[in-house]
Amino acid sequence: MDMLKKFSRSSLALPLAALALLLLFNAIFVDDFFKIQVMDNGNLYGRPIDILHRCSSLIILALGMTFVIATGGVDISVGAVVAISSATCCVMLGGDISGIPHHPFFLAILCSLGVGILAGIWNGTLVAKFKIQAMVATLILMTAGRGIAQLMTDGQIITVYYKPFAWIGDNIPGVMVPTAMLIALAMIIFVLFMDRKTSVGLMIQAVGINQVASRYAGIKVTAVLFAVYIFSGFCAGTAGLIEGSLIRAADANNAGLNMEMDAILSVTLGGTLMIGGRYFIGGTIIGAITIQTLTTTMYALGVPSDCLPAVKAVVILLIIVFQSEKFKQMFRDRALRKKELKESGKEAANA
Amino acid sequence: MRKFLSGAIASPHFPFYVTAVLFVILFGAGSVMFEGFFSPQVFLNLFIDNAPLIIVTVGITFTIISGFGGIDLSVGAVVALTCMTLAVLMRDTSLSPFVCMVIVLFIGLAVGALNGFLITFFRLQPFIVTLGTMFLCRGLTAILSRDSVPIDNELYGELAFWSLPIGDCFLSLGAIVALIVVVIATVVLKFTAFGRGVYAAGGNEQSARLMGLNVNAIRLKVYMISGFCASLGGIAYSMIMLSGYAQHGLGMEMDAIASSVIGGTQLMGGVGFIPGTLLGVMIQGTILTIISFQGTLSAWWTKIVVGLLLCLFIVMQAIVNEHKNKLMSLSAEGEAKKK
Amino acid sequence: MASDNDLILRMEHINMFFPGVKALKDVTFNLRRGEIHSLMGENGAGKSTLVKVLTGVYSKTSGDIIFCGEHINPKSTLESQKMGISTVYQEVNLCQNLTVAENIYIGREPRTRFGAIDWRTMTVKAQKLLRESLGIDIDVNKNLSFYSVAMQQMIAIARAIDTRCKILILDEPTSSLSEKETEKLFEIMRNLRDTGISIIFISHFLEQIYTICDRITVLRDGSYIGEYEVKSLPRIELISKMMGKEVKEDEIEANAVKSKPKDQKFIETSHLTVPGKVKDLSLNIREGEVIGLAGLLGSGRTEIAEALFGLTQKSEGSIKVEGLEITVKNPMDMMQRRVAFCPEDRKAAGVFGDLTVRENIILALQAKNGMFRHMARSKQNELADHYIDLLRIKVSDREQRVSNLSGGNQQKVIIARWLATQPQLLILDEPTRGIDVGTKSEIEKLAVTLAREKGMSVVFISGEMGEMVRTCSRILVIRDHEKITELAEDEISEAHIMQAIAGDYHGHA
Repeated sequence: MDMLKKFSRSSLALPLAALALLLLFNAIFVDDFFKIQVMDNGNLYGRPIDILHRCSSLIILALGMTFVIATGGVDISVGAVVAISSATCCVMLGGDISGIPHHPFFLAILCSLGVGILAGIWNGTLVAKFKIQAMVATLILMTAGRGIAQLMTDGQIITVYYKPFAWIGDNIPGVMVPTAMLIALAMIIFVLFMDRKTSVGLMIQAVGINQVASRYAGIKVTAVLFAVYIFSGFCAGTAGLIEGSLIRAADANNAGLNMEMDAILSVTLGGTLMIGGRYFIGGTIIGAITIQTLTTTMYALGVPSDCLPAVKAVVILLIIVFQSEKFKQMFRDRALRKKELKESGKEAANA
Repeated sequence: MRKFLSGAIASPHFPFYVTAVLFVILFGAGSVMFEGFFSPQVFLNLFIDNAPLIIVTVGITFTIISGFGGIDLSVGAVVALTCMTLAVLMRDTSLSPFVCMVIVLFIGLAVGALNGFLITFFRLQPFIVTLGTMFLCRGLTAILSRDSVPIDNELYGELAFWSLPIGDCFLSLGAIVALIVVVIATVVLKFTAFGRGVYAAGGNEQSARLMGLNVNAIRLKVYMISGFCASLGGIAYSMIMLSGYAQHGLGMEMDAIASSVIGGTQLMGGVGFIPGTLLGVMIQGTILTIISFQGTLSAWWTKIVVGLLLCLFIVMQAIVNEHKNKLMSLSAEGEAKKK
Repeated sequence: MASDNDLILRMEHINMFFPGVKALKDVTFNLRRGEIHSLMGENGAGKSTLVKVLTGVYSKTSGDIIFCGEHINPKSTLESQKMGISTVYQEVNLCQNLTVAENIYIGREPRTRFGAIDWRTMTVKAQKLLRESLGIDIDVNKNLSFYSVAMQQMIAIARAIDTRCKILILDEPTSSLSEKETEKLFEIMRNLRDTGISIIFISHFLEQIYTICDRITVLRDGSYIGEYEVKSLPRIELISKMMGKEVKEDEIEANAVKSKPKDQKFIETSHLTVPGKVKDLSLNIREGEVIGLAGLLGSGRTEIAEALFGLTQKSEGSIKVEGLEITVKNPMDMMQRRVAFCPEDRKAAGVFGDLTVRENIILALQAKNGMFRHMARSKQNELADHYIDLLRIKVSDREQRVSNLSGGNQQKVIIARWLATQPQLLILDEPTRGIDVGTKSEIEKLAVTLAREKGMSVVFISGEMGEMVRTCSRILVIRDHEKITELAEDEISEAHIMQAIAGDYHGHA
């Protein structure tokens, strides 16, 4: 009972409950939702795998976003950076129908990640050095980013025929689990390591709560801010590779479209506040999975893709209302009043 | 000269002057580069083509000024919902176009009221709330129809093509409405208690409360205004497009925010000037016009140039603010010495 | 007892509950027409709660408020303002982005015939109000942010008195004012009193209470202790009433044994200059010494501390630590050389409200060690517990959020943070401001003990002369960002410090 009470107060309770509810819904209404098979080629297959596979890049973006939001900022350029990163890789590999890449594969990957980091440096410079509000600063790259991606691909959709490119998003032959999931897992482990085994997390939270006091306590605020935006850019670069690989092409218009919004939602659903400070890695991951589960569920029920946002919106609005202090307070007040009534009733009875 | 510059920078309307100068430079550059660019009609076309964006930007500016991270991301989606509702209503019912317009204006107000309620009552962050309603409106639009629905009501078409001749040139109905909205908004913000309350709430919420202002009521109204402007902008948009489509107004919220910032609005709230935001929209429009006159440049250059301009303005604001602080401490010292 | 006619406000048997806490217990408060009445009590005694009940921020659980002979029950600040109860808060509660005139008139702007705001009338009225009632002549069309905090405070008062108030509540209005500005404020307060306005004055400065107030009501732990004439209540008695115990004069007056400085110099500056902040400063601080920086607010005391901690960069001169000349770029450079700094503004520059006590305590040490040399949790707990114990920080457990602690305990947490870095030089900038008397004397003693027993150097900055006299073994007097003189231990007294600040005392030398 005590455990339950403690759990219900923990920040993970609500996102987990939402996810559990969704899964329960699926278990009842969608046939064979939890069934996981091994396909002929040795790959795992099934709805749960599908969900995790599809939300890999969202998880990666959301991890980067969590740190940014914890410092009190936000990075709305990640969607555009995803487009730039996937365009970089595809341009480097080239669209030869023969499948022969123009440049070595590893170089293309490095360049994509490098572009992501570069974007992070740009954002970091504006936020940390010029002290520009994060939303405004990253708005610049959000606006210009897709233009840059289009410039790189010359407005075309470049399709890559080089086989190994597809391995990033899908399975490497012989490996049961999609590579994207493994990459996401590696990122999660990395982030958890940073969170638990170093003090990076504490410094990030300190900066998010009180920048002036952080400076007075000897924290290098500029460096911390720089670091979170660079990491976010790196995450976006990685996600760009996955997104590009999934469609085996660079689509400057649609790659990573609205992904910044989904990433921010994942973070908030996970219980991290937009004003910065305390963050919750676990919450973020569950938030991202919840969003993808919702999407997959809707598809399974036959809701067309462009109507999906409406359902998503209702769920999201409900969750953030449940999370709000005011709502909790209303709940508490009612409980308190009930208790008081009971007590006064008892007193009356005693008298 | 230095004194003049310092004075100009310290003035609250400094960003406005810069935006104005920039607009003149851009328009001048276009006029020099291309024959036929420098004509009154090209200038008026800026209003005609950008009427929806102007109206939407005015609304979003209110929300930004009101502070508490004020922003309305739902405007683009409301534009789409408005167009779609109009198209569907006129296709499926025999309601007069005017009744349809009133209905969609109420839809805009309702979305704004929902935003405002969630933000003020539950104290949720505007960014997340309006992101939610953005998804909601996009989804609703798609539920109404997933395909493009043409508007072929005759009366509505007449309204859309109606124009006011000015000399040899003309203005469309949408442009006139947009200009009226700009004037009304400017007056409201400067000369009404509500308008000043919006600035006060954005400047320091707690102080505003202690000075007896009902900040929640102000914010609620602000989001309703933004919703109303979005649906009014949607009507103007439908008069240009003459159709309803789920992808209408995609990314318009970001264009509006960019215009507002270029026009001198500060995203932390409390600072903003409506005529400035009008210029912000017109600068974006001018860039588009230049690119279309040039002919060989691709459309994505617009985005890059707008991004660069945003960058220029934001960095300028940061520098100006710093400079202002210095000026102030200097003047404070001067005052102290006088005593 | 004054007759009822003289009383403009009677608050009787006021009770106030917060969930789980009884904040006010049967409190009585009487205010006469045309008097300055001080509300005294330690932090958490219920002063601000009582004021907030009166102004409608909180609503009382039970009790009566009788204002001008009528029962009232204000539900909002607006309502109480309309009745004639105005408040000026410690932090300026005006809008920086609006003009001075607007700040005075917002919510009740003069209108033109068409109902629009009449900017011209507003300007004229504001100018006239400031000139006539406060004797201030400034451009009211400039933004508020253009003026100093002191001026903003005056503007807040102008706003309050222009609402035709009958009761003016001043909640710690002097904490950001210099002595001269405080004088001016007192003059204005006396004038207002003479026009029949009643003033409730809340301040931590005993000196000011005795200068300006007519009567005092004392609260303790949410209960009413009593109402006294200022003239008939000696300070020592007031303090014992506030603290609820007999305080012996010597206990607050002096820490008899001061530290004996060693000969070793820890830090030395010569001709140190920071543009606009520090002028040509040469000083040395020895080990085991408590050195005071005295001067008026804005004299440059804090700026010297900031320069010593590397928060600002010098343009000329040199800093030597343990005989070695060093270049300083940021606080970390000084932290590595075992310098620690507790800033003046606890809320803005000190605590991390949402972090736990443990995290607040280990933060600076962790920053000093570097992010990647993470302290094990057990080590963190041990450190936190050690300092919670050592400084007697009142917490329910070390994982409590700092924002839930009282001001005094928050201050102790910050001191703990710096002690954890094992500093040789500890700079305390106004460590006792806004803190209850008990904690205050604890902190004073701590400063002396650290120097005496651990051989630490302490720089102690305070606006309160008595405190400086009690703790410091040497005092540097600062005026206009310059050191004007030094007082050796045998010269230190309140009178000497004040004379030195005024420029009339130059020491033995």
